[in-house]
Amino acid sequence: MAYIDPHIHMVSRTTDDYRRMAEAGCVAITEPAFWAGFDRSSPAAFADYFRQLTQVEPRRAATYGIDHYCWLCINPKEAEDPGFAREVISLVPEFLKADNVLGIGEIGLNKNSRNEMIILEEQIELARQHGQMILVHTPHLEDKLKGTRLTMDALANAGIEPGRVLIDHVEEHTVAEVLDRGFWAGMTLYPDSKCTPQRAVDIIECYGNERIWINSAGDWGPSDPLSVPKCHSEMRRRGHAPSLAEKISLHNPVAFLSQSPAFTPPCGVGLPAASA
Amino acid sequence: MPSPSCPLDARKAVDLYFMEHRAKLLDIAAFLDRLDRAAAGATDDVRLRAMRQAIPLLIDGEGDRARRILELFSDHSAEPIPEAHTQAAIGVDPQGGYEAAATPQTT
Repeated sequence: MAYIDPHIHMVSRTTDDYRRMAEAGCVAITEPAFWAGFDRSSPAAFADYFRQLTQVEPRRAATYGIDHYCWLCINPKEAEDPGFAREVISLVPEFLKADNVLGIGEIGLNKNSRNEMIILEEQIELARQHGQMILVHTPHLEDKLKGTRLTMDALANAGIEPGRVLIDHVEEHTVAEVLDRGFWAGMTLYPDSKCTPQRAVDIIECYGNERIWINSAGDWGPSDPLSVPKCHSEMRRRGHAPSLAEKISLHNPVAFLSQSPAFTPPCGVGLPAASA
Repeated sequence: MPSPSCPLDARKAVDLYFMEHRAKLLDIAAFLDRLDRAAAGATDDVRLRAMRQAIPLLIDGEGDRARRILELFSDHSAEPIPEAHTQAAIGVDPQGGYEAAATPQTT
């Protein structure tokens, strides 16, 4: 089945992962800017990273027939120093001109600090000024509930249209509030944290299949770039129709991402009907 | 909110998932046993207190167990903290209290 992995960090993955994903049916990915596992020493390092996201990874992906898109920002883990963060943010507008940039992301909070909030609000404003969509990272573990609420409040205070924002890494305690407030929701499939494929299917069964997608968020840590098709297997194992996986991993991502003029639906996939 | 809609009946769900979750239950039991055998010093760790408070939720007869355990482990304060002194999370709210008096002990 053709599918989209709408959140994966291919700069941390091997070319062999591209090959395996393509063989599993992946036709497009979107790659948010993120924390590299260490704090970068200068804004110039981010300029190089943004070139990697806008020039290098699209070529690597194309080798395997995968469309590559990205989101740009400074991530919340490197946002505690506002001066440094603002230097990085000043680089972003020039890179927004690249063909494969969908918007600003993954912005958000990590430890829910005041400085993280300031930089989050400034990047929301950047998105608003440039008419960009937003991909939100929500904090890990004990910080997720509070950080998700603070982020949604900041977006609302800025007058951002929630249908143009995806709140990622939702779990059982945050998904209902995200959907109720009109945002899109992303479930990240990780072996030890966030959602397992089983829990992601549980959440779909409980909260429905509208405005929601799944992603691998594969990166340099414990993660699996094939977790999206493995979640589809879990759906089939329970007896769900194949149309559910298509809805979650193809039609929903196409519906959300098509709000960006940079996105072209893969494989001739058209916009979905109002409901599956 | 849509009605829950798992296509499996309960018997089929048990057939599919019991062995996997039997193993996970034994992992928790063995972890607690391992703590009993370890040198003293960490038994009052906030993470263990939170875990001891979470375990009864599994059998209290109420639904939404995953959501309620995640909420138990969460920071429920509303204001941003003054400064981030670490980039990491520990899995439960360090200021959460998790009083151990009303919860079962590992030994």
